[in-house]
Amino acid sequence: MFPNFPIWPVRAAVSASNLDALFIFLLLVTGTVTIMIFILVTVFALRYRHDLVDKATPILGSTALETTWSLVPFGIFLIFFVWGAVLYFQERTPPRNAMEIYVVAKQWMWKLQHVDGQREINELHVPVDRDVKLIMTSQDVIHSFFVPAFRLKQDVLPGRYTTLWFHAIRPGTYHLFCAEYCGTQHSGMIGSIVVMNPVDYEAWLSGGGGEGSLASTGQKLFQQLGCGSCHRSDTQGRGPNLVGVFGKPVLLEDGRTVTADENYVRESILNPGAKIAAGFKNIMPSFQGVVNEEQLLSLVAYIKSLQGSQPSGLVSNRPAVPNAPAQSKAK
Amino acid sequence: MASATTTITAERENYLNASYGFRSWLLTTDHKRIALLYLISITFFFFIGGFFALLIRLELLTPQGDLVQADTYNKLFSMHGQVMIFFFLIPAVPAVLGNFLVPMMIGAKDLAFPRINLLSWYLFIIGGGLMLYTILVGGVDTGWTFYVPLSTAFLGTHVVLAAVSIFIAGFSSILTGLNFIVTIHRMRAPGMTWGRMPLFLWSNYATAIIQVLGTPVLAISLSLVGLERMFHLGVFNPQLGGDPLLFQHLFWFYSHPAVYIMILPGMGVVSEIIPCFSRKRVFGYEFVALASIGIAVLGFLVWAHHMFVAGMSVYAGMIFSFFSYLVAIPSAIKVFNWTATMYKGKIYYSTPMLYAMGFIGLFTMGGMTGLFLASLGVDVHVTDTYFVVAHFHYIMVGGMVMAYLAGMHFWWPKITGRMYPEAWGKLAAMTIFIGFNLTFFPQFILGWTGMPRRYHAYPPEFQVLNVLSTAGSTVLAVGYLLPMVYFLWALRYGKEAGDNPWGAAGLEWKTASPPPTYNFEETPVVTWEAYNYDELPKEVPVVG
Repeated sequence: MFPNFPIWPVRAAVSASNLDALFIFLLLVTGTVTIMIFILVTVFALRYRHDLVDKATPILGSTALETTWSLVPFGIFLIFFVWGAVLYFQERTPPRNAMEIYVVAKQWMWKLQHVDGQREINELHVPVDRDVKLIMTSQDVIHSFFVPAFRLKQDVLPGRYTTLWFHAIRPGTYHLFCAEYCGTQHSGMIGSIVVMNPVDYEAWLSGGGGEGSLASTGQKLFQQLGCGSCHRSDTQGRGPNLVGVFGKPVLLEDGRTVTADENYVRESILNPGAKIAAGFKNIMPSFQGVVNEEQLLSLVAYIKSLQGSQPSGLVSNRPAVPNAPAQSKAK
Repeated sequence: MASATTTITAERENYLNASYGFRSWLLTTDHKRIALLYLISITFFFFIGGFFALLIRLELLTPQGDLVQADTYNKLFSMHGQVMIFFFLIPAVPAVLGNFLVPMMIGAKDLAFPRINLLSWYLFIIGGGLMLYTILVGGVDTGWTFYVPLSTAFLGTHVVLAAVSIFIAGFSSILTGLNFIVTIHRMRAPGMTWGRMPLFLWSNYATAIIQVLGTPVLAISLSLVGLERMFHLGVFNPQLGGDPLLFQHLFWFYSHPAVYIMILPGMGVVSEIIPCFSRKRVFGYEFVALASIGIAVLGFLVWAHHMFVAGMSVYAGMIFSFFSYLVAIPSAIKVFNWTATMYKGKIYYSTPMLYAMGFIGLFTMGGMTGLFLASLGVDVHVTDTYFVVAHFHYIMVGGMVMAYLAGMHFWWPKITGRMYPEAWGKLAAMTIFIGFNLTFFPQFILGWTGMPRRYHAYPPEFQVLNVLSTAGSTVLAVGYLLPMVYFLWALRYGKEAGDNPWGAAGLEWKTASPPPTYNFEETPVVTWEAYNYDELPKEVPVVG
């Protein structure tokens, strides 16, 4: 409407439509109450101006009124709270089978990696009408992945993965901002999200890439680093068999159970002693400083791709832990 | 200061003319003189912080980063925040008006620990001096938030120096709080029960609790930042095995309650002024008093609402969102009670009242937009954008600075014995109100449409609103300069105020203006309720 004077951001994802409804509701309710207070203050100031009134009427207060204007706001606040919390929960719960894209932030650029091998810098191409999940980490300081048109934002931290997902509904090019102050060129750490029709997206996909999928990059690295000598695909290795591990619960040596998600795989590569799978020894060296964030992501993608057949329940390829499933139920 | 009061004080001795010379000020233990020392110091820092703000607004006139370089811009907003928060807003009402008024309002001769009070000013000056030194040798670009690992491992500026200066100033705040708590508990005049205390005391008491309990956590967080930066102690930096979110939890554990350190005393000021210029008791005294305590307590349970997108658990987010709504209720109660106080009053549009009404308007808008930020889904979109910048400026500048100026105008006759020119006072109040809204309202829209904060350059579609905001800031700057000018003028040329020009309730008005060194000729005995305006003259004696 006003290209140089926007008052409403573009709505390009399901999350944006959901949020706008809540925002309008908040605007209406708080706007009404604010205007009501303004009117009351103005009317009182005019009606009870000193020269119109002989003497003020002493009024001490009213418990009934105090109760009303405590409880009614509380009730309204509960609606704001629940509605906002539901949206937040949805935003933070990526659907299964979402298309995954890996994001590495650094001072001051965004590096984006598709599972098929395409790499982009400060520009992300995604198809419309698909669930897309971003798995993000930072190489240095805290950044924040912010797409106003999706009404979504997530800080990107060094040393761990955070995720963000969206379902774009409108093709177009949208701003990508870094929203967490990250040093000199913070305001230059911007880019764009290009939402494409499926046909265009396929065309774009076939035009780029070339290096093979992210998982295959990870596989090469897995071999180069000699990981396979311990993490064998049978039960005889000194480390756990990694086939089918991803996404499953893992019983640890100290009795706890963790889910083998991206953060667990990452930690197990960089700090193997932190959470040792039951039945194994703390013998793996740390790969801190050996692999960078992008290589780590390719290793995660490779391990994720090893969807072999493992017995259901707890993953443990050692017959030495026969009662593992029972322990997990006990928890 | 001394020469300004000579004509009045021919008649009687007061705290201003009791002794002369630098020594008598720099070594004073009189709470009123210390209040003036604080007044001069924080006014100085206010104009430094304001100067940085104007440079920020000038840079943002155009989308390109063309006035200053990126690093300079980052230093400007960092030092604007650090100076304004730690060296103006936090000490503003407690250390100036609170110092002056707390003993007088309870009928005491001084604070419980007069020498500790002086020590607190010296700590403030040492901290402030270090901050000035930090600025002069090149500044710091951490933001006011010192987020790690940026501050501990990536920036090459004077991070440790700035942290030390705030660390020291923090102890000044702790000592002021400690002094107020002990004074209010132990030194009330006979008959001055808790239920008869002016609401200004309730709110300063609540503030003091936060200062004493919260500020040490800031000291801890900043110490750890310094230690990690200098000795690579791996507390926060993940490369050293630390956790960057731990810093955010520690920092906000103080820095969210610090928002209430800034706003609660302002609420106390407004609770004094509205009854006086409505000529009636404050509506719902007990509820307004307990709301202050409620805010102080609940304020400690909401810190992580600054971290909804930081990578915290979804369920933690929900708990902190819920508590954030709870803490909004006492604030709402206060606004409703102030408004109800005006009902069936006899209302004077004197300068302090204009500021107080402006406070209600701006604080209400700041509070209402806080409800947007407390809602998890909305916060995800607007946090770290100009929406947040606008929101907290509505609370801290719209709310707190309006209240501070309201208080300065209300008690100026008591502090100096002179009236300021009323017409200029009204003009300034309206200029500030208009300038403030012009400056900060466009920033709500900027944030909602997606402009991130702390941006040196921005996409061109945000320019119109930024130009509006910058234009407004020049009006606001004029508004802030006006009181500076006519207050100084009034020191010499203002009309004599008399003991109680507003016909106000409260013990501070029952003694001379300016008050004698020990405040009261004899210890007062209180036999009346607070805000007994139905027993006082029905009119304000001085009408501008």
